[in-house]
Amino acid sequence: MSRELISYLLRRFAQFLLVIFIAVSVNFVIPRMLPGDPVATALARLQTAGTGQTMDIQAVSDAYRARYGLDQPLWNQYLNYWADLFRLDLGVSFANFPQPVSAMIAAALPWSVGLLSTATLISFFIGSYLGGRLAWPGSGRGIRMLVPGMMVLSAIPYYLLAILLVYIFAVYLRWLPPAGGVSTTRIMRADWATFVDIVRHAILPIMSIVLGGIGFWALGMRSQMVSVLGEDYITFAEAKGLSPGRVFFWYGIRNAFLPQITALALNLGAVVSGAVLVEVIFNYPGLGSLLYVAIRGQDYFVIQGVVLVLILTLAVMLFIVDLIYPLLDPRIRR
Amino acid sequence: MMSRIMIFLPGGLGSRMGGTLIGGLSILGIVALFSLLGPLFVDTPLSQVGAVRPRQPPGPGFPLGSDAQGRDMLAVMVVATPNTLKMGLIAGVIGVGFGSIMGLIAGQFGGWVDAVIRVIADSLLTVPAIAILVVIAGNIDRMTTGIMALTVASLSWMFTTRTVRAQVLTVRERGYVEVARVNGEGPFEILFREVMPNVMPYIVASFVGTSSAAILAIIGLEALGLGAQNELTLGNTIYWAQQSSAVLRGFWWWWAPPIVVIAMIFVGLFLTSVGFDRFANPRLGNRS
Repeated sequence: MSRELISYLLRRFAQFLLVIFIAVSVNFVIPRMLPGDPVATALARLQTAGTGQTMDIQAVSDAYRARYGLDQPLWNQYLNYWADLFRLDLGVSFANFPQPVSAMIAAALPWSVGLLSTATLISFFIGSYLGGRLAWPGSGRGIRMLVPGMMVLSAIPYYLLAILLVYIFAVYLRWLPPAGGVSTTRIMRADWATFVDIVRHAILPIMSIVLGGIGFWALGMRSQMVSVLGEDYITFAEAKGLSPGRVFFWYGIRNAFLPQITALALNLGAVVSGAVLVEVIFNYPGLGSLLYVAIRGQDYFVIQGVVLVLILTLAVMLFIVDLIYPLLDPRIRR
Repeated sequence: MMSRIMIFLPGGLGSRMGGTLIGGLSILGIVALFSLLGPLFVDTPLSQVGAVRPRQPPGPGFPLGSDAQGRDMLAVMVVATPNTLKMGLIAGVIGVGFGSIMGLIAGQFGGWVDAVIRVIADSLLTVPAIAILVVIAGNIDRMTTGIMALTVASLSWMFTTRTVRAQVLTVRERGYVEVARVNGEGPFEILFREVMPNVMPYIVASFVGTSSAAILAIIGLEALGLGAQNELTLGNTIYWAQQSSAVLRGFWWWWAPPIVVIAMIFVGLFLTSVGFDRFANPRLGNRS
């Protein structure tokens, strides 16, 4: 490994740690900046909301106060908070007392990661391909009509597209299920029928993220491709008599793709923000719905836990993109 | 997502760019006219709970129908649209203002100030905004439109900072800045009298993207039920419709109007931003 590569990786790792530090600290500091202690406030709100929960509020409150050491100096509380995180202790749900938050998140995380990575990869690759074709002189009318439409569509938030899709395909046409991750009657087993059921439920959420994303990626790829196609090596490749397909993929797409990866890294946060709401619309059993239910039930530790896991997951995904980047760009690997 | 389009605009959707800008501004104009003139033609008190018969489809007396709480949907739209736009504009102004100051400082002074500002901005960019906003909004007891705008503004300044910083770095190397420095102008004088006027077009251009991102975040928070509950806004309308399963129960007139207005706002801002960026970076314009 060269010096450049090592310094690149170190810089990226430092940023990764910084994001985690910011996320955890924000999660710790904001509730404590407000008057009163967070647990008492949350419990009081829960009581006034009159959700009719049968639980011993005093016991819950005392347990938390002891565990958090809310009488200790702030600095100790902060260190305790970190220590708890390393033990994967994110507290206990109020609404589903005494279920640990970490267990609820562990159940929801695979759904979100599966949905989001599938949708993002589909929209990223289709969008990039279409954007490249749009800049390519020989591409057909279909692409020239379709892609600008997709670009306009990408300005509309995912979850609004989601509402439209539910209405068209689930309520009006009744082709696909309107909500959930699997049929409520299905027993989860590793067989074909379960797989088909999961896919059927995932089609509409994935479609709304894909439809909302394709235009955005196409827009970025198009501008990269336009400048790449102006380069001398493209002219040279054509003069050598290479087939158009080869020039398009190996000389055009390959070089225009790097800035797209950077754009992907920069926009994952926005994609996740949008996907959280898509899950809410579809009542999909992932982190977004968990967060929504927790907000509605003022379930304080669940909110905090989900937010933290969202930020951490994204930081990890970004770090992976950062690690892949040198494989694609020889200038960093050198 | 919109604000991020600014960094890599296509090399010319052709000469139609002027048309794009005009198209975008006209759509925004229609929305603005609707919010300004609506109250003159529509009885806004009908937007209160129980003002009309609930769950009426569009028909005589109810041009856009009514929701399950007995609000007249047309009146709701007339009240909610300006509320949402107002929050977006306030958040946009604050975000761009703060972002520009940070960008100017980072670009002008360099060194560790620049490093700190850049690292913070870059890190915040990669965090899903909705996560931090949910923590902030969830801890505020009584949400108002003002606090909502402030909350969202706190996470919508980073792109402006990046753009402005990059521009300051190129502008400060120009001859006239050198002349000013030799003439004995101090760093702040140079910053505000020589650099800032030349960065202004970029600041104005990033305002469109920032406001759009802010409205996106605001509607998102409201749709999660974290908005100002007592205010009629487009996001809250979506939240209430979602709460009452309006989609599954077939009350399309409940969720369709806010979606149409929101879509018009975003498409208008998108076209304006694409068209305006061409205006701010004329060099991009003729590549095709």
